[in-house]
Amino acid sequence: MSDLEAFRAETRAWLEANCPASMRTAMPSDEMVWGGRNLEFKHEDQRLWFERMRDKGWFCPDWPSEYGGGGLDHQHLAILEAEMRRLRCRPPQINLGIWMLGPVLLEYASEEQKQRFLPPMARGEVRWCQGFSEPNAGSDLASLRTSAVLDGDDYVINGTKIWTSYGNKSDWMYALVRTGPMVPKQAGISLIVLDMQSPGVTVTPIDLISGKSSFCQVFFDNVRVPKSQLIGQVNEGWKLAKALLQHERRAMSKFSEFALPTHFDLDEFLQRCLPQPTSADEVVLHQRAIACMMNEEAYSLTNRRMTDSLRARQDVSGLMAISKLVHSEQEREKFELLLELLGHEALGWEGQGFSPRDLELTGAWLMSYAQTIAGGSSEVQLNVIAKRVLGLPDAK
Amino acid sequence: MSLVYNEDQLQLLDSARDFLAARSPVAAQRALRDEKSPLGYDPKVWEGMIELGWSAVALPEEHGGLNFGFAGFAPLFEQIGRHLTASPMLSSIVLCAGLIEQLGSADQKALLPALICGEKRFALALEECARHQPETCSLIARKTSEGYRLSGRKVWVADAQGADSWLVVARSEAGQRAIFIVPADTQGVSVSPRQMIDARNMAELTFEDALVEASALLACGNTENALERVLEQGRTCLAAELLGLSETLFEMTIDYLKTRVQFDAAIGSFQALQHRAARLYIELQLARSAVMGAFECLERTADNAAECARLSSLAKWKANQAAQLISNEAVQMHGGIGVTDEYDLGLYLKRIRLAQAQLGHSEFLARRYAEASQGNS
Repeated sequence: MSDLEAFRAETRAWLEANCPASMRTAMPSDEMVWGGRNLEFKHEDQRLWFERMRDKGWFCPDWPSEYGGGGLDHQHLAILEAEMRRLRCRPPQINLGIWMLGPVLLEYASEEQKQRFLPPMARGEVRWCQGFSEPNAGSDLASLRTSAVLDGDDYVINGTKIWTSYGNKSDWMYALVRTGPMVPKQAGISLIVLDMQSPGVTVTPIDLISGKSSFCQVFFDNVRVPKSQLIGQVNEGWKLAKALLQHERRAMSKFSEFALPTHFDLDEFLQRCLPQPTSADEVVLHQRAIACMMNEEAYSLTNRRMTDSLRARQDVSGLMAISKLVHSEQEREKFELLLELLGHEALGWEGQGFSPRDLELTGAWLMSYAQTIAGGSSEVQLNVIAKRVLGLPDAK
Repeated sequence: MSLVYNEDQLQLLDSARDFLAARSPVAAQRALRDEKSPLGYDPKVWEGMIELGWSAVALPEEHGGLNFGFAGFAPLFEQIGRHLTASPMLSSIVLCAGLIEQLGSADQKALLPALICGEKRFALALEECARHQPETCSLIARKTSEGYRLSGRKVWVADAQGADSWLVVARSEAGQRAIFIVPADTQGVSVSPRQMIDARNMAELTFEDALVEASALLACGNTENALERVLEQGRTCLAAELLGLSETLFEMTIDYLKTRVQFDAAIGSFQALQHRAARLYIELQLARSAVMGAFECLERTADNAAECARLSSLAKWKANQAAQLISNEAVQMHGGIGVTDEYDLGLYLKRIRLAQAQLGHSEFLARRYAEASQGNS
């Protein structure tokens, strides 16, 4: 038996033995486990699964073991991920630090910063949020204005961040700040990490059309951050931010969609609401739903092709550039179809007469609009594809 | 097997590109059209393909094949699409050799080496309707003391003219479907050529009490799975061809957007066109993934018939859709030059429409996908 086959057998056996049965089911949104200072579990199985994966170093299986990772190479990592998908294991925790900031620290941070930030992250002890977007900046991220001015050994931060997911529940933030006000906009930006309990930080949640949301606005009023917490070189944060956003896209494709609470299976609803289309309107709706599912499968094959291309050391920048746009638009279309299939049942807001799953669907539909805007609107994504992937010229 | 080409497939791709660029540029296809070649393809190019082993890739060694596997067709058909090359690869090799390999007796399988080396060429006579309806079959085969008498009509038979034999799908008196190997010189069969927009070899066959020997029967009653299987393989090869056709049109269009100047600017700098071009790129990528997914599935033999039906339908559906969008947008973005015969774009557009219709338009494929998905669950 080759080393890889042995690893697969070993991993499969370990997961079978250690992943509780209740952690192999669809995950409702209120059962997501977030790492951090205020670790919360709804029931014992969540704790067991969290602690076992943590102790195995498998919160971040491919990080070097010296920083608390599992030390797996990409082949072993792929096996672990495949085996987790096979068993439909839930992610043991949701952690933006591990998915997005960690890989950037590994590449760009000083040794001292790696020693300081990575091991607690790898144990799920810190909950991170992302401070990128700002009011009035929107998709033009580089026009951000939150300033960081050096004063002795500290940066003094003033300004505001918006659309900060779970800003009110996070322990630390990684933020883009303007350190070079006098230079062209991309050139004066730095990446800095800060404790959300620092004096001068206030957080306000934002309600969305879908109801209460995870989004917050964060205000900085003379917040002092030691300069040792600036990551990489000063004014070179834009490069780090781009790397970080690439890790975001990769992380999104890591977990099987079925393991995420936001996954609604169109086929399941189609069987339930329209098992035998007969009238012309039902046939049309049925056909639209089939086309939607076919596009969904083509997208999921595209994600697999991206993984296979990476493994074959091929350029995946084109596939990465389309990924977010395709996924968010397909999701919105799917929710629109679900709305039509369910009729009034999918349009309830709260209270009696609606199943919790249907109410969750209504919220997810309204949230799907935010997904086509967050992280760069579809139009910005199209610009990126046109210019960077297709090499079309700039307007005069 | 994965969704990207391995070393062997990349070698096939490179050699196919070099060969077709040298021997079958688009100008050659245009010349075949202009001289109204009844074969629709260049026999010398076909010989060259055979010498390079293309006709042998998927068949087992015992029948003269290379045992490379079905996935070998992916890079070949992609390049065939890119160069707009006509050949009997699909009709004679993928469809007919595929059926004989699955259904033939030992004697009939002895035909395979002759097909592979091009000594013989077969074509599949299946359709009886204007749109692909593989289950429709009223051509009747009556058993007699001498053999079978065939009566009826087959339409849109690709590469029918000049074939040595046709594989004819018929219905027995008991209502079962049967497939016969009908030699082209059989009495009572007439061939009426059909001049199509892609200028390839297509004809209608009429059978009037055409008598074939009993040994001409390839199979009766047990034909359905084998027929479905080769049609899925054929659809997947056509999907790869459509992908090659679409990618070429797309590249022509992007080049044009970069060079054509209007209002004192390259038209590719206009955001309205940039966004549309980006959408085309997205559709191409989704189509490529779907095509690769189908080849991967069909390569792993018939372990899961529903899965193969689903993924081959998805592949051609998505390739059809991408080709539809890209061919229309290519004409629109090129403006007037896009509708001139002098420019190659129109040749691609015409071939795309034929390939879209062949073995299944989008609605047919979506229905098959839905049925196969249900069969799966």
